[in-house]
Formats: sequence, C-alpha cells, structure tokens
Amino acid sequence: MTILANILIIFFISLGVLFLVVAAIGLFRLPDLYTRAHAASKSATLGVMSILLGVFFHFWLMENHFNPTILLGVLFLFITGPVGGHIMSRSSYIAGVKPWAGTVRDDLKPEIERMKKEQNIK
Amino acid sequence: MKTNDVIMQFTAKLVFFIIFFFAVHLFFAGHYTPGGGFVGGLVTASAIVLLIIAFDLKTVQTILPINYINMVAIGLILALGTAAFSMFTGKPFFTHYYDYFNLPILGKTSLHTAALFDLGVYLVVVGVTMTIIQTIGEDE
Repeated sequence: MTILANILIIFFISLGVLFLVVAAIGLFRLPDLYTRAHAASKSATLGVMSILLGVFFHFWLMENHFNPTILLGVLFLFITGPVGGHIMSRSSYIAGVKPWAGTVRDDLKPEIERMKKEQNIK
Repeated sequence: MKTNDVIMQFTAKLVFFIIFFFAVHLFFAGHYTPGGGFVGGLVTASAIVLLIIAFDLKTVQTILPINYINMVAIGLILALGTAAFSMFTGKPFFTHYYDYFNLPILGKTSLHTAALFDLGVYLVVVGVTMTIIQTIGEDE
C-alpha cells in the first residue's frame, strides 16, 4: 500500500515538474508574447496543479492528514491561471504588441476596430 | 478604449467568494494553526481589491457600502475594550479569559476572548488597507 501511494505521489510530482520545465523552455524558445503566454499559462497551470495534487496525496496517504485547503488551491489555480494569461495577452494586444511575423490570422483586429468605431476613438 | 471584459468580471465574481471564505478560515484557524487577524484581514482586503480591479471603484462602493474609516475605529475600540475589560475585575491589563461551551451545532467548543481582540485587528487591517487603496485609486 505504501509503495502504491509512493508511486502515485512520485507520478504526480514528477509530471508537474516536467510540465514546469516545458513551460520554462517554451518561454525561452517561442518567438512572441502570445505564444509565450500560451506556454506559460497552460503548461505552468497544469504543472503546479499536478504538484499540489502530489502534495495533497502525500499528506493524505502518508501522514493521514486530509487537507482540503490544497484542493481549494488546485481549484483556484484552475480558475485563475488561464484567466491571468487571457488578461495579459488581451491587454498587450490592445497596448499594441505585434504578433510574430508568421501569423496568418488575426480575429481580434476587426473586433477592436469595430469597438473603436462605436466609441468614436481616432 | 472601453473593451469587453466579461471573462475578468465573471471570474472575479466567482473567485471573490473563494478568497473571502479562505480569509474567514484563516481568521478562525489563527489560534491553533498559522493564520490570524492580520493575514485574514489582508486576504479579505485583497478580495475586495480584486472586485475593484474587475469592476469600478464606484460600483464596489455601491455593492459594499462600508465606511472603512469607521471600520478602523470600531476595530480599535474592540481591541482596546477586550484588553481593558480585565482591569474592571481586578486583573492586569490584557488578561484573557476562556471557557468551554456546548454550542448547538458545533458541540464542545473553547471560546477565548483573544478571538475578539483578533477580530479588532482584522477590522483595523481591512479598514486601513481599503482606505489606502481607495484614497490612491480615486482620480479626483
């Protein structure tokens, strides 16, 4: 039983660390802000959630201490991590950060122009 | 430019309750585990700041019509009152009392007057933080 619990804990924590490493490599390797935000918000959220789940299982199965605060933290990260990435990318688009030169499609641009026309800006 | 921020506002509405109830948990857990009035007050203030960021200063003032300066005063009075209460019974200043009570749902609970002092600290911290942020945030 202890071995099974240990395998579960090690699986979740190493999965989380792997995803965090992938997120860090993505931050270095990807060309512009939007792809980097994609890497950072998705991969880092999943990585931290996995590590928290591993910690939760460790305290539950090894120390017999059921800690619902960690589950609340998982839920909180699941809600707020992607929304943080969304808000950062959107505000940098509106502030005028250009996407990568190889981008072929920009759906937000006509929408922003429509909003500007409706509110009589420029 | 005024843009459509429905995702931010909906998330703020949802997350506000998680943060607020976590703050209440921190406040009541302060006697036996890490937490207490100061951290609970700061977390509550951060929940209100999240609402202010997602919506508007005036909107939040209509949702929560609280005068935060009065909140600071009530907190200070509460803290000083619980500290000074023991002076009237012949004990030194800041002597706390506790006893075990049988509450209807919770069962046998130990209630301590230090929780009232902590409530005062909580009110002062929330009031001071929100006063600072509202004063800085106002444009006029």
